Amino acid sequence: MIDTALSANDIWFLVQGAGWTLLITAIAIVAGTLLGILFGVARATLPGWSTLPLGFLLDIFRSVPLLIQLVLANSFIPILGIRATPFAVSCLVLALYTSAYCAEIVRGGVLSVPLTTRRAARSLGLTWWQDMKEIVYPMALRVMLPSWIGLTLGVMKDTALVGWIGVIELLKSSQILITRMANEPLFILCIAGLIYFLISFPISRLGARLEQRWRDND
Amino acid sequence: MGVFNYTFHWRPAFQALPAMLEGALVTIQLAVLSMLFGIAIGVVLSLMRGSKNRLLSGFAVTWVEIARNTPALFQIYIAYFGLGQIGIRLDSFIALLIGITFNNAGYLAETFRGGMRAVPPTQTRAARSLGLSAVDAYRLIVLPQMFRVVFHPMTNQMVWAILMTSLGVVVGLNTDLTGVTQELNVKTFRTFEYFAIAAVMYYLIAKFVTLGARAIAWRLFRY
Repeated sequence: MIDTALSANDIWFLVQGAGWTLLITAIAIVAGTLLGILFGVARATLPGWSTLPLGFLLDIFRSVPLLIQLVLANSFIPILGIRATPFAVSCLVLALYTSAYCAEIVRGGVLSVPLTTRRAARSLGLTWWQDMKEIVYPMALRVMLPSWIGLTLGVMKDTALVGWIGVIELLKSSQILITRMANEPLFILCIAGLIYFLISFPISRLGARLEQRWRDND
Repeated sequence: MGVFNYTFHWRPAFQALPAMLEGALVTIQLAVLSMLFGIAIGVVLSLMRGSKNRLLSGFAVTWVEIARNTPALFQIYIAYFGLGQIGIRLDSFIALLIGITFNNAGYLAETFRGGMRAVPPTQTRAARSLGLSAVDAYRLIVLPQMFRVVFHPMTNQMVWAILMTSLGVVVGLNTDLTGVTQELNVKTFRTFEYFAIAAVMYYLIAKFVTLGARAIAWRLFRY
């Protein structure tokens, strides 16, 4: 066997870290996608000038490093007089961060449906809502899903940064083990990397296959 | 306890602007270097991936998949803590540069692979039958079309590279924009003020890159 000071307990510690990584990812993706759909549909359907401020705001989330966003939120929320755990701050920031990217994906998806198709739907008597649900949604989904899967994986990897404000997710827990057992950082890191890879790789493969199948059937 | 129980102190923060601007230069330097190395390695990886030699293509696939399926911070940790174990001690600047370059190269290799597939071989044949030499056909017909396809993903990667440089602080870098900001923060505990200014600077750098790229694209790619 491999000669290591790593015990079963330490491996369990890493797995727990992976659990936090997955939990934060899930919360950020669910909340961020809901918000992102709202923002994206607004950006695609409302007149351009009316959503400029929203567009600017979302652009900030995409142009400022996530680490800076986390530190800013972590220092600003107490200024507002609100007590929040690092976990809550992380979920909030990552959800907004996700929504900014998701809004762009949704906007692109909605805009990919030709306006003539939507006019045709409306002139056949469909309501705005029916048009969105029966025409735009199925057509846009093909454009959006591959990017959305990419976004999900991106956010999963980005959760590695919340360790900086004190959430013990997968990468942070590996770093804690490294500080305790200073002589085998490479081995510990490789276990953490393997866990990330095992989460990410199957999903990215699934996304690629889905994209391929849709392209072939077009 | 009111909302603004906290008093903002912007004046000392603004006094730190010159130091932060110097940090911003290091940030840009890191991003540019990591892109230049990333592009060079990315081209090589995309060529290796298309090669019939299983060893070469396997190496390229492994690089690309690790770069794309693990966090950038993990890749930086490997360069900083991991390589230390096998006797390669790197300072945080070099470790960060290696980590981001590794990441850039992985993503760019995929971009270039897509770019190569985007130009159909019929184009080369048409160019050759019009009398262009092989080199000219590649230089004048294939490359410009490929460049058009990969230009936008490349500028995206450049913005990513800038954002990734902020991770240097986690491995102790104190000369880039985030590093300088963190040093000021540790001295004064005016976290919000300093990091807000840093955020504005990152935003401006990122905007400069996107707008610059848009201007170049407009100049190069209009018919």
